[in-house]
Amino acid sequence: MNGTGSRVDFQLIADMIAPRARVLDVGCGEGELLELLRDDRQVDGRGIEISQEGVNRCVARGLSVIQGDADHDLRYYPDRGFDYVILSQTIQATRNPKTVLEELLRIGDKVVVSFPNFGHARLRLSLLFRGRMPVTRDLPYSWYDTPNIHFCTIRDFMLLCDEVGATVEKAIALDGTGHEIALSMPWWFWNLFGQQAVFLLRR
Amino acid sequence: MAVKTAPQSHEQASDPSSLVIRFGPDEPLKLEAGIDLAPFQIAYQTYGELNDAHSNAVLVCHALTGDQHVANTHPVTGKPGWWDALIGPGKIVDTNRFFVICTNVVGGCLGSTGPASTNPSTGRPYGLDLPVITIRDMVRAQAMVIDHLGIDRLFCVIGGSMGGMQVLEWAASYPERVFSALPIATGARHTSQNIAFHEVGRQAVMADPEWCAGRYLEAGKRPEKGLAVARMAAHITYLSEAALHRKFGRNLQDRERLTFGFDADFQIESYLRHQGMTFVDRFDANSYLYMTRAMDYFDLAADHGGRLAEAFRGTTTRFCLISFTSDWLFPTEESRRVVHALNAAGASVSFVEIETDKGHDAFLLDEPEFHGAVRGFITAAARDRGILEA
Repeated sequence: MNGTGSRVDFQLIADMIAPRARVLDVGCGEGELLELLRDDRQVDGRGIEISQEGVNRCVARGLSVIQGDADHDLRYYPDRGFDYVILSQTIQATRNPKTVLEELLRIGDKVVVSFPNFGHARLRLSLLFRGRMPVTRDLPYSWYDTPNIHFCTIRDFMLLCDEVGATVEKAIALDGTGHEIALSMPWWFWNLFGQQAVFLLRR
Repeated sequence: MAVKTAPQSHEQASDPSSLVIRFGPDEPLKLEAGIDLAPFQIAYQTYGELNDAHSNAVLVCHALTGDQHVANTHPVTGKPGWWDALIGPGKIVDTNRFFVICTNVVGGCLGSTGPASTNPSTGRPYGLDLPVITIRDMVRAQAMVIDHLGIDRLFCVIGGSMGGMQVLEWAASYPERVFSALPIATGARHTSQNIAFHEVGRQAVMADPEWCAGRYLEAGKRPEKGLAVARMAAHITYLSEAALHRKFGRNLQDRERLTFGFDADFQIESYLRHQGMTFVDRFDANSYLYMTRAMDYFDLAADHGGRLAEAFRGTTTRFCLISFTSDWLFPTEESRRVVHALNAAGASVSFVEIETDKGHDAFLLDEPEFHGAVRGFITAAARDRGILEA
């Protein structure tokens, strides 16, 4: 988790996970999502988190979490070791998003990715009219001290899915008020008005 | 030269201030060296009460020069237990809730059968006639103690350094008997550098003329100088450069200026000499050889066809590994190897690296983040085991 603020994606993600599944949460922060999944869905959950404080909080919650980072440690997980691998608000902070996504598809039968959409209208307008990298409530960092080094738009992410051969089973975009954008809307609309996106993928 | 009186540690070797279980000729300890050790005895301490379900037992495994006095005043040194910070009533490993057991390892010198014990076939101390003891042998002996105490499954096995090796061996050898495992500042093998430091220590002991080829007890001698040097060298590896420099810098010991001699001019020299001298009062030199050898021989992957993950295949034990950033004896990388193997085996594993400059010995010290992780893991595991209220 990299300070992207609102975690409206948690419930959406939880709704995508089958009960009692084996789940790996990559970048699990302080374990809120894993705890939700354990308590509501009885999943057998594991996590990876980069910060010591985050891991300690997770361990104190009784979660199985290791200190590590998505760019380096995913290679040690066996193929198809999990039913679901979750990458929640983390892909934009990885060094090699493409490699990470490929690793996730190798490790999990299904992969859930949530991320902030950098193609959102407000961000576009901010760049257009202020001429500066956007700083918003959900993306509060300045360009020089942000952990978010690989922002993408919903459209970009879909192209990446194509490139790594991932099939999109389900996609949800949330607008600025946290409401789902209707499925009937065209992709350009999602890309312009979706603030958060959640994808369910499989190989 | 007058014959020196036997140190207190030698009295402890045969007649310890501890509980003792004696295993007769019909209950040998089958050593990895291929020899049955019998009779033999294990000295141990317990704290708290075993509950009716026998589900609240915690086994603490001690490190190289540790012993069973984990949470009580030491009978030789008079110091508090070596894990007093962690274990006791109301503490992280709460003896009001848990039944804590700590055994002196076989090969040790505080009451369990070791090189200072009498060899029944000769009537003399074993000396180097005791077969080489391995980590697996230590664990096998502990399992016999646990059987004796009527405990099928331990709630938790916890230990640092050599104690952590025993924890890993427990989890690999008796997975169904370990509900949770806490290996701290340890690894699944001794590295070449670790073996190198141990060899320096052993050579220091054996170079002391008073070592008498291991027969010093009968000769009424003690290889104090050699053992002290071994301890001084080892002690450096337990700390870190930053911690040493913070504590001692280049400060001079009780003097204004350098003496242009080889006296202990610097505080660090004086400190190490003190560490060496006090160590020989409580530890047997031959036992030091056996303990260091046990660690050197430890290679859990080699015992499982070269694949560490195989050691943990199908395990249901939940693990929490902890390492320390400035530990250069068991660097984080060694813990990570174990974590990756556990991941590959599909085990339930947590891992946290604690930021500290206190080196390997951090596991014995008051490190809040470390204690927080232990507390969190044990509390959550106890809840799931039904020992604590949810």
